[in-house]
Amino acid sequence: MEMINIIIDNKPVKAEKGQTILKIAREIGIDIPTLCYYELDGVNLENRPGGCRVCVVEIEGRRNLAPACATEVTEGMVIHTHSLRVVNARRTVVELILSDHPADCLVCSKSGKCELQTLAQRLGIRDIPFQGAKSTYRKDMSPAIIRDIDKCIMCRRCETVCNVWQTVGALSAINRGFEAVVATAYEQDLVKSPCTYCGQCIAACPVGALSEVDQTRQVITAISDPKKTVVVQTAPAVRVALGEEFGMEPGSIVTGKMAAALRAIGFDYVFDTDFAADLTIMEEGTELLDRIARFTKGDKTVKLPILTSCCPGWVNFFEYNYPDMLDVPSTAKSPQQMFGAVAKNYWTKKLGISREDMVVVSIMPCVAKKFECQRDEFKVDGNPDVDFALTTRELAELVRQFNIDFASLEEEDFDQPLGESTGAGVIFGATGGVIEAATRTAYELFTGKTLEKVDFKELRGLEGIRSATVDFDGTPINIGIAHGLANARQLLDSVRAGKTNFHAIEVMACPGGCIGGAGQPFHQGNFDIIRKRYDAIYREDAGKPIRKSHENPYIQALYKEWLGEPCGELSHHLLHTHYFDKSKHIEIEG
Amino acid sequence: MTKIKSLADLKAMKQSVQDKIDTRQKGNAEGLTQVKVAMATCGIAAGAKQVMDYMMAETEKRGMNVVFTQTGCMGYCHAEPTIEVTLPGKEPIVFGYVDLKKADEIIEKYIRDGELVDGIIPVNYQTINK
Amino acid sequence: MAKFKMHLLVCGGTGCHASKSQEIADNLKSSLKDKGLENEVQVILTGCFGFCEKGPIVKVMPDNTFYTEVKPQDAADIVAEHVIKGRKVTRLLYTDPENKQHVADSKHMGFYKKQLRIALRNCGFIDPQNIEEYIGADGYSALAKCLGEMTPAQVINEIKLSGLRGRGGGGFPTGLKWEIASKNHADQKYVVCNADEGDPGAFMDRSILEGDPHTVLEAMIINGYAIGATKGLVYIRAEYPLAINRLVIAINQAREYGLLGEDILGSGFNFDIEIRYGAGAFVCGEETALIHSMEGQRGEPTFKPPFPAESGYNNKPTNVNNVETYANIPIIINKGANWFNKIGTEKSKGTKVFALAGQINNVGLIEVPMGITLREIIYEIGGGIKGGREFKAVQTGGPSGGCLTKKHLDAPIDYDNLIAVGSMMGSGGMVVMDDTSCMVAIAKFYLEFTVEESCGKCTPCRVGNKRLYEILEKITKGNGTMEDLDNLRNLGRVIKDTALCGLGQTSPNPILSTIENFYDEYVEHIKDKKCRAGVCKSLMQYVIDPVQCVGCTACARNCPVNAIKGEKKMPHIIDQELCIKCGACIEKCKFNAISIQ
Repeated sequence: MEMINIIIDNKPVKAEKGQTILKIAREIGIDIPTLCYYELDGVNLENRPGGCRVCVVEIEGRRNLAPACATEVTEGMVIHTHSLRVVNARRTVVELILSDHPADCLVCSKSGKCELQTLAQRLGIRDIPFQGAKSTYRKDMSPAIIRDIDKCIMCRRCETVCNVWQTVGALSAINRGFEAVVATAYEQDLVKSPCTYCGQCIAACPVGALSEVDQTRQVITAISDPKKTVVVQTAPAVRVALGEEFGMEPGSIVTGKMAAALRAIGFDYVFDTDFAADLTIMEEGTELLDRIARFTKGDKTVKLPILTSCCPGWVNFFEYNYPDMLDVPSTAKSPQQMFGAVAKNYWTKKLGISREDMVVVSIMPCVAKKFECQRDEFKVDGNPDVDFALTTRELAELVRQFNIDFASLEEEDFDQPLGESTGAGVIFGATGGVIEAATRTAYELFTGKTLEKVDFKELRGLEGIRSATVDFDGTPINIGIAHGLANARQLLDSVRAGKTNFHAIEVMACPGGCIGGAGQPFHQGNFDIIRKRYDAIYREDAGKPIRKSHENPYIQALYKEWLGEPCGELSHHLLHTHYFDKSKHIEIEG
Repeated sequence: MTKIKSLADLKAMKQSVQDKIDTRQKGNAEGLTQVKVAMATCGIAAGAKQVMDYMMAETEKRGMNVVFTQTGCMGYCHAEPTIEVTLPGKEPIVFGYVDLKKADEIIEKYIRDGELVDGIIPVNYQTINK
Repeated sequence: MAKFKMHLLVCGGTGCHASKSQEIADNLKSSLKDKGLENEVQVILTGCFGFCEKGPIVKVMPDNTFYTEVKPQDAADIVAEHVIKGRKVTRLLYTDPENKQHVADSKHMGFYKKQLRIALRNCGFIDPQNIEEYIGADGYSALAKCLGEMTPAQVINEIKLSGLRGRGGGGFPTGLKWEIASKNHADQKYVVCNADEGDPGAFMDRSILEGDPHTVLEAMIINGYAIGATKGLVYIRAEYPLAINRLVIAINQAREYGLLGEDILGSGFNFDIEIRYGAGAFVCGEETALIHSMEGQRGEPTFKPPFPAESGYNNKPTNVNNVETYANIPIIINKGANWFNKIGTEKSKGTKVFALAGQINNVGLIEVPMGITLREIIYEIGGGIKGGREFKAVQTGGPSGGCLTKKHLDAPIDYDNLIAVGSMMGSGGMVVMDDTSCMVAIAKFYLEFTVEESCGKCTPCRVGNKRLYEILEKITKGNGTMEDLDNLRNLGRVIKDTALCGLGQTSPNPILSTIENFYDEYVEHIKDKKCRAGVCKSLMQYVIDPVQCVGCTACARNCPVNAIKGEKKMPHIIDQELCIKCGACIEKCKFNAISIQ
């Protein structure tokens, strides 16, 4: 590493050659403001278009100001980050952005978390000297994502996430000049695009141009309807992130407070998606072992590797991009939908009510879950198994609306029987977790032996693509893991080309898995927050008395009492699904 | 068509082409007249194509020995279409604003009799070889 | 065969015409008739000689005598002395301003040296669709010289030594660019010809490609040899169908003749060229945007570094040069760097092609040595201002350049001088304006272009230019304030300082330079609500003089928006709220009762 000498704000600094001014300045405590710049260092994702020009600095000897985010230091460089020229330019640039931005902060979904708002505050902007036209566009509603691109500031973060991290390609810059904006091809509706509703564009958006469909009002209405029994389920990743919304440290585990809050809000039954995760392992693990067994017996029709199917963004992605491989993924429904099926077919019977009188709400770290629960195949006579999927952020909103002091809540337990889960169910929330949970169960079912060491460290980590071979008592089982759809695409392309020998592959669309989901509290590019959630997931797992799904007593009871056996007839009917070729769904009207 | 495979080939071709050009420029015993029509986008837009077609047809009809070539922009955009006429043994003369009527006049007076007509564009640049 | 032994060419250009050149011609004719010479000497009115400063001009052929500032009464002397006695009329001869000597033969006049055709050397001389004509004009001999006698390093050195700078506008030293590209090693490198000429009114590159496509191909092959690239791409806008057509013919011919393809001229060097079409976005003339466009990406610039020489097309080292730059290469190789670097100024060598347009007599394509003055271009080549009006300003560098005024007429034109006076070379547009041009409206026109052509990537260009435009519109509508003027200047400076690419960094130039040079005109628009050039319609009022008006109703009947009211035979009145300033009323009024105020 070559070190060079530079001077920043009259301070001599030794800096690494090739590093950007922005990074060096931040290392030494000079916080140059940025807007379009976005980095998820944990997954090597960087959006650095150098477009907003907020981070400009003055470099002696250069004619123009330079963007700190994109300018690499060179020997002897003398940099001023707050000269009059810089401050004036930076302020003018932000004023210009504000002059083409709707001033509806009071009712904006991002209000309080808006990076542009924060920046305007920080620069002390009290009026906008430029009056003029504002660029306006059609508002676009989809089942999960709302695009209000009047608010788009052309930072291109969503575009980078959609194209580089996800290779979905639903969003890119269109038009020129003042009308330039990030949108779908030909400014069509998102539903006609290849969008997977992963929602990472929302997570990346510094302003309120992209947001999730807010369903809190429908949920409140359902809760206050005495005729309805409202059941709530909470996904594993929610409990390690929700606390952030209430000023708690990232990585705080708030399972008990969350259960208490949900009860206080008025849900009739507070259950856990983790329970359904354990159920998923029973079905998917059985399916995997069945495929391996048939494969070993020489059945040529069997498809390996099996692909996990918990992530709805991923399911949408392969339906669009791999229509030739629809028989490869596991047919097991996602935990959210398994829970919905159990709730509306089993729990209704237990309660003696009709499915129309039950409302199932899920709390998800995810935006695509809103789309998933609306899929036709998950409805019975138009009545969905899961009625509403709220994001972690929406739950926080509910908690605040219901005047609940979250931080001081006493911890409570989930209701039973659909609230009991194992450590295996918890780790569904992190990349590699589903496959680790499946391995814990599959190992014991396959070998008939007790698994002593339940921690499969070789499956953990945050690298985009990982692979490991697990020894099933003499039989090597090859496992692949990808998070991010670009990584998934890379793995799938090699599977399609017949270049791999994986038995199972886990795919999650979001960085770090569901903990980095688009419905989680905004991390604003601070990947440490995702790391802390990641650690918290495995802490929660380690603290669980039972850590293998098949040992969950309520799961065992459910099979005994109702389902029969994993992948049995009733399971097939209620807990498994099928996939559709959506490659033709993308409509391009020129 | 032979490929040019070496410097010698290139030189040979240059020589043969230059001989041809020289003949054309000096005018040979038969009194060959050369007309170049500026056929860039500007010239064509101003009607150079029609002028060239007309002049080719007319000189043939009138039994005159004239060679026509198209060339690029001469730079006189204010006076398109422009043509350059080289009579045997004389310096090239450029005429501007050549419409069909003017073309006829040029054929009748200048090409036939060497009598100049109005609308000459004086050359006001030097080339690198001079 | 010719009847006439002698020709007297009288300049019939507008400038000379205004100085009675028709009368001179008539006088010459009658003098000749008096002497019985009307069938031996022919008097011809010609187009503009360009040398309007010294007009009217009479040129005697075949001896090339050049008489300047001729008056009608001089006609008799010219006939009596020159035509009959063969003695030149010394007092009418052009006097060389340097050595005060009379110059008899126009071929020796400095005036002819004002234009020097290097890049345009073959335009208008050879048939662009015939490779043999190009070869006959020394074509491909520079390539042969490079491949046969020079190492790539020598080629680069020659170009460096020549001092050639990029003709696309930036003026980056071409040899240095090549050197950087040559030093970056890769399995594949590219040579790109930027033919995405987009300045309004500029057509230098188009003319070169239409008139001499092979010179560009030859230069690209030389460029490839010099930097170690085997692939060339021409990025040309699809709006240039004729240039594309000629280029395609040229490429095919070059391939047929073995001058493109494998083992060129037996040297073992391979090179081929493909065409890429642009959709006509101005910003795609910026080299990073051009490369993205060629890759099928959105045509928008990216931050440099990395420069294309490090990571360009398909992330490979790429050298991008403009058409005119390339047109200089073969001649530099053939005649040597030391020939080329004697032309021009200390830091700007060679010539520059300009598209001369606007209120000037000789609209056209000119090629002049660097260091020439605006005065020489306008009055000695361009033939002066149309209709003998007064010169007001000249816009160089298109929408990226600035407006220069009378005080800059004698400043030598080169890259650095133009920047020093607030403009830039740009790709070579040169629009001349007279007193009928409103400088605020001109600034608005250019800004409208940049607002339209901005890619929208960076804030200052996307939003800032729009705001500048809106302020200008406010001023031209008569609603401006002095504070707006400050805003224009401040915002303009910030945009220059912060925009991502050359388009944005230069887009405020037309405003800043017009404010600098025509401040009074802005103030007039703002304070007096007046547009002295009569261009800004909102600031004009059509008014009927009640004394002159007889109430004939002609104006009212012809007003398209019924803005004129009044009883028959009574003075009429124009409702200023409704009036759209079309001028129909003023045309119809037979009593001169309507005026513009």
